[in-house]
Amino acid sequence: MKNRITDVLSAGNTLVSDGAWGTFLQAKGLKAGECPEIWNVEHPEAVYEIARSYIDAGADMIETNSFGGSSIKLAHYHLAERAFELNEAAASISRRAAGIDHYVLGSIGPTGKILMMGEYTEDDFYKSFSEQAKALASGGSDAIVIETMSDIEEARLAIRAARDNTRLEVICTMTFERTKNEDYRTMMGYSPRDMVETILQEGVDIIGANCGNGIRDMTGIVREIRAVNTSIPILIHANAGMPVYRDGRTVFPETPEEMASYVIPIIEAGANIVGGCCGTTPEHIRQIREIIDKK
Amino acid sequence: MDDILNKIAYCVEFGKINLQSPYPPDMKGLPGADELTQEALDKGIDADDILQKALVVGMEKVGIKFRENKIFVPQVLMSAKAMNMAIRHLKPYFLSGNIKRKGTVVIGTVAGDLHDIGKNLVAMMFEGNGWEVIDLGTDVSAQKFVEELKNHPGSHVGLSALLTTTMVNMEQIVREVKNVAPDSRVLIGGAPVNEEFKTKIGADFYSPDPQGAVEFLNSVASR
Repeated sequence: MKNRITDVLSAGNTLVSDGAWGTFLQAKGLKAGECPEIWNVEHPEAVYEIARSYIDAGADMIETNSFGGSSIKLAHYHLAERAFELNEAAASISRRAAGIDHYVLGSIGPTGKILMMGEYTEDDFYKSFSEQAKALASGGSDAIVIETMSDIEEARLAIRAARDNTRLEVICTMTFERTKNEDYRTMMGYSPRDMVETILQEGVDIIGANCGNGIRDMTGIVREIRAVNTSIPILIHANAGMPVYRDGRTVFPETPEEMASYVIPIIEAGANIVGGCCGTTPEHIRQIREIIDKK
Repeated sequence: MDDILNKIAYCVEFGKINLQSPYPPDMKGLPGADELTQEALDKGIDADDILQKALVVGMEKVGIKFRENKIFVPQVLMSAKAMNMAIRHLKPYFLSGNIKRKGTVVIGTVAGDLHDIGKNLVAMMFEGNGWEVIDLGTDVSAQKFVEELKNHPGSHVGLSALLTTTMVNMEQIVREVKNVAPDSRVLIGGAPVNEEFKTKIGADFYSPDPQGAVEFLNSVASR
C-alpha cells in the first residue's frame, strides 16, 4: 500500500498536482450551461483522457470531475438525486487513470449558495457534502480536496462531512484575491491567516489556495500562511493568469514557461504541492514536474 | 426629523435589521431599520425622504466601502437585509406613486451561467439607490431580455457572468437589446469581464464593483 500524502511530504518531498479540469472539458466540447459532472456517465472516455493526460505529464496526483457535484449544485440541472452516482463515477474514472501508484483527490467545490441568505441551512450543506464525500471515497479516492472556498463556515461543514464519513486525508483550499489594501482576502472577506486559525481546528491535513489571479500572487499567500503556521502542508493550484478576451473567446495568458518560472519561489516560500487551476494544461504540469525534478 | 433619518441610514450602513437582530454586536438591543422606518412614517415623515435621505445614503456608504475592500460580501448582505426591511414599510408609497423611482433596470446572469451572488449584490444596490429592479434570475437568454424590455420601455439592462465561457454570450444579448431599444444602456459586470471586453461587445458601461454601476445609472437618470 502506498504511503499517505502527508507522510510523503513530511519526508521532505515536493509533489506535483494536476491542472485544469473545467476549461479542459470545455476544450473537449462541454457547452456553457451543460453540467460537467454528467460527463462522468455520458462521456467517461473524455473525462478519462483528461485524467490520464495529467498522469502522463508527470503529476503525482489527479483530481476528479466532481467540483460541482454537491446535490445542492446539481439541483440546478435537476440532477440532485444522481449526486452519489455521478461522484462515484468521477472517482472511479480518475482511479482508473491514476493506477495504484498515483493519488486521486476527490474534488468538492462550493455549493454556490450563501448560508447567510437563509435559503439552505448548515445541516443542508453538511448532508450534501457528506453524500458527496462518501461517493468519492466509494469510487476510490485517496483524499478529499475541498476547494475554491470563500466562506469559512461552508469550508468547515465540508471538512466535517469528509472527516465524519470517510477515512481519507482531507485537503482544503480557499480562493483569495489581492485587495486594494494589498492584502489577500476571499470574496467573503477571510484572509489566509483566518483560514489557518479556524479550519485547522476541524482536523484538516493539508491547506492551501486555488484559482485566483495566477501563480505570482500565490507566493504571497503561501508566505502569509507560513507566517502563522510553519508545519501544515500547503497545496497550491494556480490559474494560468487572469483570462483575456481574444477573437471571440477567452484565453488564459500564462504560458507553461512563465508558470514554471515561479515554481522555485513558491516552494521556497513554503508550498509542498504545486499544480494548476483554470487555464493550465498538461504542458504546464510537465514543466512544473521538470523544475521540481531538477531541484 | 434628520435625527431619525440618520439613524435609519446608520442601520442600513451597518446592517442592523431589527430589534431582535444580534448583528452588529455593538447595536444589540437597539431598534433596527425595521422599527425606525415605522417610527418615521408614524411621525409623518415623507416616505420619499426616508428613501432618499436614509436608505440611499446608507447604501451609498456600503457601496463605497465595498469598492474600497473595507467590507466584504457578508456585510453587504446584512445591509441589504436591513434595507429590505425598511423598503417593506415603504411598499404602499411606491405603489401609490408617492415615491418616484429613478427608473427601471432589467438584470440577469447571462445564458449558460448559473452564478447569482454578484448579480444579486448589484440588484440590491440598485434597489437601495431608488431604482426599480426586474431580476430575471440566472441563465437568461437574449430573447427574455428583449421581451422584458418590451414590457418596460425605457429601462436599462444589467448583465452578469462569472465564467469565461459564458461572458461571450453577452455579445449577442447586447446586440439584440440595442436592436429593440437603442436608448437602453447596457451595463456589464462579473469576474472575467473588463473595460476592453465592454468596448468590444458594444456595451455602454463596465464596473468592477456595484457602486460604479449605481453611479453610472444615476448619471444617466439625471441627464
